[in-house]
Amino acid sequence: MHPATRLNLDADRAGGVTEGPALALAPKPRMGAQAVSPLARPSMGPARRIAVWLWGALPHVLTATLSIGLFVAFWYFATKYKLDFYIRFTNIPSPGEVLDNASRLVNNEKFYNNMYVSLRRILLGFGIATVSGVVLGLLIGQYRWMKALLFPVFETLRPIPAIAWVPMAIMLWPTNETSIVFITFLGSFFPILLNTIHGVNNVDTVLLRAARCLGVSEYGLLRQVVLPAALPHIFTGLAVGMGVAWVSLIAAEMISGQYGIGYFTWEAYSLIEYADIAIGMIVIGVLGLLCSGAIRLLGNMLMPWMANSANGERK
Amino acid sequence: MSKPVETTNATGHILVDHLSVRFGRNASLVEAVSDVSMDVKPGEFVSIIGPSGCGKSTLLNVVAGFIQPSEGRVTMDGKPTDKPSADRGVVFQQYSLFPWLSVRKNVEFGLKQKGMPQNQREQAARTLLGLAGLLAFENHFPDQLSGGMKQRVGIVRALATSPQVLLMDEPFGALDAQTRIVMQQILTNMWQRFRISVLFITHDIDECIFLSDRVYVMTARPGLMKAEIPITLPRPRTPDMALSPEYLRIKQELRALITEESLKAMGGELKDSGLEGFAIEVGPQGVVELI
Repeated sequence: MHPATRLNLDADRAGGVTEGPALALAPKPRMGAQAVSPLARPSMGPARRIAVWLWGALPHVLTATLSIGLFVAFWYFATKYKLDFYIRFTNIPSPGEVLDNASRLVNNEKFYNNMYVSLRRILLGFGIATVSGVVLGLLIGQYRWMKALLFPVFETLRPIPAIAWVPMAIMLWPTNETSIVFITFLGSFFPILLNTIHGVNNVDTVLLRAARCLGVSEYGLLRQVVLPAALPHIFTGLAVGMGVAWVSLIAAEMISGQYGIGYFTWEAYSLIEYADIAIGMIVIGVLGLLCSGAIRLLGNMLMPWMANSANGERK
Repeated sequence: MSKPVETTNATGHILVDHLSVRFGRNASLVEAVSDVSMDVKPGEFVSIIGPSGCGKSTLLNVVAGFIQPSEGRVTMDGKPTDKPSADRGVVFQQYSLFPWLSVRKNVEFGLKQKGMPQNQREQAARTLLGLAGLLAFENHFPDQLSGGMKQRVGIVRALATSPQVLLMDEPFGALDAQTRIVMQQILTNMWQRFRISVLFITHDIDECIFLSDRVYVMTARPGLMKAEIPITLPRPRTPDMALSPEYLRIKQELRALITEESLKAMGGELKDSGLEGFAIEVGPQGVVELI
């Protein structure tokens, strides 16, 4: 007899032995979660498909428009009649003023520079937090001695809000720019770290055992099993971390900044350019939304198995 | 021995020598496995059957290298099985496929660890998947497969690294009766093809008769080896054999042994809950249904 498994099997013989039961057992391939509406048939052209999709989305679009429309209408009337009932709308810019200023800012290079500076700070701070948070989280989650060594420090520092670090950060770092990036990093680091640790602790033991008896190395286990298994939790951490990164960034820019969209917003207040405050707020909101969307998109790209699980059942 | 051992296939010899495994300390100390000795000869299919909680999974985990023995020795081809290794493939009771890898990548996993180049391991994985009738599903994610298919991928993945033994911990426990029978046939085919030793844990009497060369019966509390029964039925085995006198004789014997154990195992619980009389009323047939 041949020692153990042979992979270079004769294909004909291979088929002959298992064909019966194999065929009998093979179910129809269940395609993933292609949640195609009953109206959308594969035979339809793309134009018609889009039409069907639009028709399906119509109620949602209508209610969303109504919701936002009501808010803008309230804003419009409150500022028009200078509403004053404890909340004071006397100095609040009207939607029209905001729109006027916005059309002026569209051609303002300095304004774009502010957006660019903020985004760069976010990318740097959040990027460093992602790399360090995930790496440290994997190590702390996987190795007890790492946890014993590092976790107490992090647990002590974690309750301190990132903004509380501002004065200390100004002293710590050589330039204002680095201290703002540091604040942004701090804000997103802890959610990413904690969620990664949580994800590692939640990895199914049977997967670790299965990998071990397939001959995986210690590094391979971390890289090929623990990391992907913890990925859903890591992305929860990234989503939360991105939110906190923006909070920290805007606060830091308002306190100690030069340039940046938070600085722009605060400066608008100092210069009595009230309409610009609203523009700054809206831009911050939109940028934050885009960043969260990018995280979600990246998550879907890196975790195709999550989107594909049967009938769209997400874990 | 029930089956003549082919001398050319000398690897995959598992020897369990006076093994004891204890969990916990002091008052909460539990002896899961107690002074068990057994072996699996090269190329042999050996099952361990026993009531739930008798320590049969613990025994398998020691052979796999997941648990260290408290006393005694477990060796494969003379080397202690003190840590998991690719020469002992394991198929788990729960589905253990990596959900983030496609079916083929799951099968390739062990080959990748060995450093086999991408195109070679892809080819090897496809050959094996073809054997198990799963080639059409090579690019599916595990979550898109049925339970029986997942378990077949699990078997194929464990076989891919050319292990000397296959350790199977109630691999078909979660499957329905029909799928189970088909899976048993597929497993028999794979085993005959690869000629490796198999240690199979089950609580299903028919399953262990259909598959095995030899069956060990384990007792609960403490987990002792109670009996060793050779299955002398000829191969290839067919479902029709379930009606042969030989099959029925073995089944009767195993059933008697296991019923006794189950009654013993449940007796304490029944007595504790004030249902002592009930234990007497449950005949051998009745309890077997519960196993």
